[in-house]
Amino acid sequence: MNNEGGTSSPDNGAESPFVLQKLQENYADALLAHEEARDGVVVVVGKDDAYALLEYLKTDAALGYTYLVDVTAVDNSRLESELVKFGYARFMVVYQLYSYQGHCRVRVRVPVHERDLRVRSVTSLWRGANWLERETYDMFGIDFEGHPDLRRLLMPDDFDGHPLRKDYPLRGRGERERFNFERQNV
Amino acid sequence: MGLDFGGARSLSADGGPVDENIITTTIDKVVNWGRKNSLWPMPFGTACCAIEMMATLASKFDLSRFGSEAIRFSPRQSDLLIVSGRISIKMMPVLKRIYDQMPDPKWVISMGACASCGGVFDTYTLIQGVDQFIPVDVYIPGCPPRPEDLIDAVMQVQQKIAGGEVPKGVEVAV
Ligand code: SF4
Repeated sequence: MNNEGGTSSPDNGAESPFVLQKLQENYADALLAHEEARDGVVVVVGKDDAYALLEYLKTDAALGYTYLVDVTAVDNSRLESELVKFGYARFMVVYQLYSYQGHCRVRVRVPVHERDLRVRSVTSLWRGANWLERETYDMFGIDFEGHPDLRRLLMPDDFDGHPLRKDYPLRGRGERERFNFERQNV
Repeated sequence: MGLDFGGARSLSADGGPVDENIITTTIDKVVNWGRKNSLWPMPFGTACCAIEMMATLASKFDLSRFGSEAIRFSPRQSDLLIVSGRISIKMMPVLKRIYDQMPDPKWVISMGACASCGGVFDTYTLIQGVDQFIPVDVYIPGCPPRPEDLIDAVMQVQQKIAGGEVPKGVEVAV
């Protein structure tokens, strides 16, 4: 089922997956880490290089990761073992890609520090990223630069806070109690 | 489930039996009989409970046996609101408006733990019971309730109607 070799060059054999070889050839400096996970290749890349690397994965004829499955984020603030790996970057923005050519997946993870939450939007590469980035903004507060319409997706417009952050209390900070149920723009 | 008529037979003026096909009753009873056997539900399914509601409507459990199969997706055509699922604070104004758009007399079933009390989701966004905002006539416990429970709730609404009970949502002047 899981052809991690991608659209194969004939001689990549049992070595590392094709996509990883290609990335190491072209983006050796940008890769902070990589691993072969059960469902495909995982690469960690700094946020300054992320856009270029994603564009490469999408547009390279031999790779063809044209399908953006998901954009989301992880808050590692309570997970010391993860935090130390990438200079105490609190968030990991995660892009899941799929290639219809090789029927294989790549997960691109981008560490984001709390003091600078800006990440370049990929809506110019995949229009489908629009709502995915809005959701990630809504839940984690990641600021996608260049997004055409970065409003909250799930929570009400006037909501404060980002609920999937680990420091957000389960029962909220009184938003439920303060909510104006008479609002008409529903 | 039959019609409970006031008097099935009476005597004519001269003491003889009237024609056997004549029955007498009160207008209220006839109206309530019609109402109870032709409830048109407005489904408000927002979560997993709605799956059980669909099962209730489908052939295996077949809510049409109780006259309630005419699901209306316009609140203006329905008289039984079935709230099945979690209601978030953002959804509550929508639910309230849909309830307000239903013509009187109208009944509300709060299906499942989430709709009735928030269930396990005492979280930042979830309404802890829709009865804080709209009047509920019948609550169904369970997570999710089985289709039999929903049928039972519909039958309880029917009993209320047959008994001439006023829906919770109607304010009666005293
Ligand atoms: S009561 Fe249970 S089944 Fe019903 S909506 Fe809530 S979680 Fe889902």
